[in-house]
Amino acid sequence: MMLALTVGVLIAGAAFLLLQQDRFRVILGFILLSHGVNLAIISSGGSDRRDEALVSGPDIATTADPLPQAFVLTAIVIAFAITIYLIVLAVTGDDDDTTTESHVGPDADRAEEAP
Amino acid sequence: MTASLIPLFIIVPLIGAGLLTMISNSPRLHAAAAIAVPLASTIGAVGMVWLFTSEGPVAHGVGLWPFGISIPLAADMFNALMLTVTGLLTVVCAWFALATGIGSSRFFTPMLLVLLAGVNGALLTVDLFNLFVFVEVMLLPSYGLFVLSAQREAPLTRIAGLRLYVTLNLLTSTLLLIGIGFVYGTAGTVNVAQLAGAATDDPLVAISMAVCLFALSIKAAIVPVYGWLARAYPSTSPAITALFSGLHTKVAIYAIYRLYAVVFDGDARWLWIGVLLFSATMIIGVLGAVGESTTRSILAFHMVSQIGYILLGVALFTQAGLTAGIFYLLHHMIVKASLFLSTGAIEVRYGTGRIGALSGIARREPLIAVAFFVAALSLAGIPPFSGFVAKLSLIFASVEAEQIGAVIVMVAVSLITLLSMLKIWSGVFWGKPSSSETQGGGGTATLVEADTRRRVSLNLAMPAVVLALITTGLGLGAELLLHLSDIAAAGLLDPSAFIAAVAS
Repeated sequence: MMLALTVGVLIAGAAFLLLQQDRFRVILGFILLSHGVNLAIISSGGSDRRDEALVSGPDIATTADPLPQAFVLTAIVIAFAITIYLIVLAVTGDDDDTTTESHVGPDADRAEEAP
Repeated sequence: MTASLIPLFIIVPLIGAGLLTMISNSPRLHAAAAIAVPLASTIGAVGMVWLFTSEGPVAHGVGLWPFGISIPLAADMFNALMLTVTGLLTVVCAWFALATGIGSSRFFTPMLLVLLAGVNGALLTVDLFNLFVFVEVMLLPSYGLFVLSAQREAPLTRIAGLRLYVTLNLLTSTLLLIGIGFVYGTAGTVNVAQLAGAATDDPLVAISMAVCLFALSIKAAIVPVYGWLARAYPSTSPAITALFSGLHTKVAIYAIYRLYAVVFDGDARWLWIGVLLFSATMIIGVLGAVGESTTRSILAFHMVSQIGYILLGVALFTQAGLTAGIFYLLHHMIVKASLFLSTGAIEVRYGTGRIGALSGIARREPLIAVAFFVAALSLAGIPPFSGFVAKLSLIFASVEAEQIGAVIVMVAVSLITLLSMLKIWSGVFWGKPSSSETQGGGGTATLVEADTRRRVSLNLAMPAVVLALITTGLGLGAELLLHLSDIAAAGLLDPSAFIAAVAS
């Protein structure tokens, strides 16, 4: 239950931040979102078994499921890579980091064109 | 024996990309690799298609661990056909990119090869989490390719488009990831073969899989969530739009087909949702297209509309419906790339794709004009070309499944498709050749004299022509591809042979 509550709080925070105006808050929202999802995946392995899977001859009744741990380990590095790229994108381009661009798309590209 | 060769589809491009990044700077070697590696992938895939006309699916457990523990890679007729067409499109778009100049960027070829490896992996894998990983492998080099431009300095709008593209894809991938987490929590496995039919037995698994399918639907740009594609795709360079048009959304479509066929076992209870959403996609996509004013944004909205057609095949879930959907998928990837390449060639040389800014291109560039016209008629579904076969078989399949509403939508949408294709034709190709502004290297606009000299070189025009010839060939000789699609559809309708191959 504690895990579910934490995931809920994280994802609610993420949803709020993703809808904010400046880009850095959006990135923080994505960080919260991937934290929430990673916790959800960890809890999918069952949260009642808490022993680490690092001993020889683990007792399957008490050892945590290692597969979701590998999933999360992979997901962390992927989210990390994309977050770095997003941060670089936030400082490239326009000099401020606001997200309220009305002119995404090819039309803005050719604003200087003859009518 | 053949099964253990399957990982080569992923290994060869990955090693090639790594080697090219590390050891060589030679533009000639990079250009050769950008053509040769995807070509090798295509040839390998054609070999598999030939194999599957007589044999059943093959599978390989990576690392040779037992079934259920290893990550399985499997191939049957459906993904062999997908591999063939995606490989072919990669070759043609790499050719076009080299002709436009963006191919000479230092990391173009390595990123292209990683993209190819990601696509091949996502098509071959039979494991949900591995699908997520390969989708990311496919997306990350795409983010790099998105900002490449011939002038080495991307315009600001391109960065704005890329921000939208990355943000949307990160959100969607995270949604896919949590769906996979739920599947693991409810079903205890993420191996698609072990999940066979699980969504029909257990509503919890069905909800978890629905989250995954929803995430894939966003990636495929169906109607409630399509705006990102129409805004992001036109803001990159023409060669990259053409490349992405055949790969990303189509991999998502492949995954939707495969997952609904295997995990949901084609459960007829939920098909109405598909029919409803995909019909709405056809209508809204095409309405967006007639309202646009540049060639590439029209084509991007058309893509949304055509994705509705393709996915309708899985919403019918009959032998005829799946055959038509798969045929439509393969036909559409080729035609859409051809359209993006022909209009892209004009955009590269004339500096604009705005309707009305150009005229009389047909007289000046007859080759491009013919390629565009053929592909446009094929997209609208006019008899000699492959689009006619695709639409006709989809309409027959819908009538057979008694989805009369969808039939009416398909016919009406075809008319609007033709209308907007004629809008491009009359706005860009028809009329008297006029003087037009041209963008020089640094973006300085200079007025040039009206002339009838060709400006699109043969090298730049040929990629679009080659794909236009293929769609004509598929229209005249549709029997072959229909037969192959039929085998692929049979594999989806009854996935037991596929599952058995993975499980052994």
